[in-house]
Amino acid sequence: MNLANLLNNYEEAVAMILFGIGFSNLLLQKNLIKKIIGLNIMDTAMYLFLALKGYIEGRRAPIVVDGVQSVEAYINPIPSGLVLTGIVVSVSVSALMLSLTIRLYRRYHTLDLDQITTQLKKEGL
Amino acid sequence: MAFVQNFPFFSIILSLFSGPLSSILGGKAAKRLNIAVISMIGIMSCAVLSFTISSGESYVYMMGHFPAPWGNEIRVGVLEASMAVFFCVIMLLCMLGGERERLAEIEPEKQNLYYIMVNLLLSSLLALIYTNDLFTAYVFVEINTISACGLIMIKQNGRNIEAATRYMIMSLLGSGLLLLGICFLYDLTGHLLMSNIKEQVQLLNESGDYHIPLLVSLSLMSVGLAIKSALYPFHAWLPDAYGYSTLSSAAILSSLVSKGYIFLLVKIFYRVVGFDIVRDSKVINVLFVFGVAGMIMGSVSAIKENNIRRMIAYSSVAQIGYIYMGFGLGTTAGVIASIYHIVSHAATKSLLFVAASGITEASGDSTDFFDLTGAGYRNKLAGVAFTVGSLSMVGFPMFAGFISKILFAQAAVESLHKVLPTLIALALSTILNAVYFMKTVIRIYTPEKKSVAAQKGHTMIRIMDNPVKSAALVCFILLNLILGLCSEPIVRLFQNGLNMFT
Repeated sequence: MNLANLLNNYEEAVAMILFGIGFSNLLLQKNLIKKIIGLNIMDTAMYLFLALKGYIEGRRAPIVVDGVQSVEAYINPIPSGLVLTGIVVSVSVSALMLSLTIRLYRRYHTLDLDQITTQLKKEGL
Repeated sequence: MAFVQNFPFFSIILSLFSGPLSSILGGKAAKRLNIAVISMIGIMSCAVLSFTISSGESYVYMMGHFPAPWGNEIRVGVLEASMAVFFCVIMLLCMLGGERERLAEIEPEKQNLYYIMVNLLLSSLLALIYTNDLFTAYVFVEINTISACGLIMIKQNGRNIEAATRYMIMSLLGSGLLLLGICFLYDLTGHLLMSNIKEQVQLLNESGDYHIPLLVSLSLMSVGLAIKSALYPFHAWLPDAYGYSTLSSAAILSSLVSKGYIFLLVKIFYRVVGFDIVRDSKVINVLFVFGVAGMIMGSVSAIKENNIRRMIAYSSVAQIGYIYMGFGLGTTAGVIASIYHIVSHAATKSLLFVAASGITEASGDSTDFFDLTGAGYRNKLAGVAFTVGSLSMVGFPMFAGFISKILFAQAAVESLHKVLPTLIALALSTILNAVYFMKTVIRIYTPEKKSVAAQKGHTMIRIMDNPVKSAALVCFILLNLILGLCSEPIVRLFQNGLNMFT
């Protein structure tokens, strides 16, 4: 019963697995670039999940082409709007993280966060 | 609709637009703009507060006059308005107190960038306080994170950039979980406005459908916000971020940024899910356990620390633990105690940061504990202020910290199973607090030998040497005394506000 549920909703399961992969990469990787990739996987998994939630079988994207049709013709547009907002947020945090990474790399010539911390301790600042 | 009712919207928009405006201004003009904006928002929030008190009920403000399911909403009640007033006061005092440090530590051509961040931070805090829409709350949580990161890394050295990176990583983990929780809740209820979600959640709770997804969503949101506000096991980024950033940043980060997230969590508990459902779920027990662990472990780390700034930072971990312990009690009294502690901790911690900078300034800019000997005589006002802050943190009567502790203890008695652990944790944590704060107070009032003093580059600092900072310190002390001596009306205000939430 539960397995059948899981198989029927395999898209959601994929989204959650991707979220887990992204989350653990962001948390556990030492390399800063890999962390940022993890962050992006995590965010993208969220967009997949949201897009799935807005999709209704057999309907089209809510873009008016030849006159407004009945409500039944379109999928739910709100999750798509949320995805757009989420993309904006994710782009800006990725950019910020990348700029921080560049700063750290120029200073310490490594992308490994633990090594940077050891070098900082040596500096004794 | 009265004109005053527009003010919450005005204050968010004003601070949001003054951010970009600061980018084309010079450092000094940006500073003046920032001070003016904060004071104006403070005054407007006062007007809103008096309006909500006199009308006795909360009101909903439709953005762009689109009704509920389409438009975005702002909701204003007594609690929201009083938080906005309070945040403005603390932020203004933090900015005034750290003025000279900012001038010295930030490169001249980057001065105005700092004010962009502060303005954006204020607008995101106000939006977190007022918003009635969960997804808007998420977006402003991210704006808050980004601007807080900017506040940490404005001081350009390796230490700060590393601290900012660690802060960003932990914050992003937290906001990922928060977003996941919000999406689950949207999936379950089909709404994003808090009041609509609550109706649906009540229905779901009565029918018993989707019990587990609801629980998962609640716990994801709680854990996400707990990570962002540095609850005990997630506090690794905190001491560096608070300990090495410039003074205003440290004070604002510790007293306001984490509190904004906690206030959002209160809103989620009361306005989104409903506190009875939260209480019946076991989520608050987890928060309770981590809160108590944080109270003890934060203080233990603070005792081991020799750098005074990092010591105060670790003490924040303990105080955040108090707040989550209050939520964990599962009673309204506990939540009121937590809200009071949000206020009293914010007032005290920013006082301690500013006073500590005054003390270290008089000790040749050394933050090392052993260099501080006799600093209370060299900078008299900072010494007194630090003593007041310490006594308040320890929970000495007359000061803010005492009231929140007594509220916690009273709330604990009401809850059935958690009386003993709460009271023991309160007692233990008070003793530990006393150990490291009183140790420092005794150290700064131990006279230093004259021969050593000359060697270490100690300087005398008079009150008029830095009048702005002295004024900020005096205001902080007064704020602490007000919170400690006239707590009754403030607690009643919070009670009213919390009643308006439901």
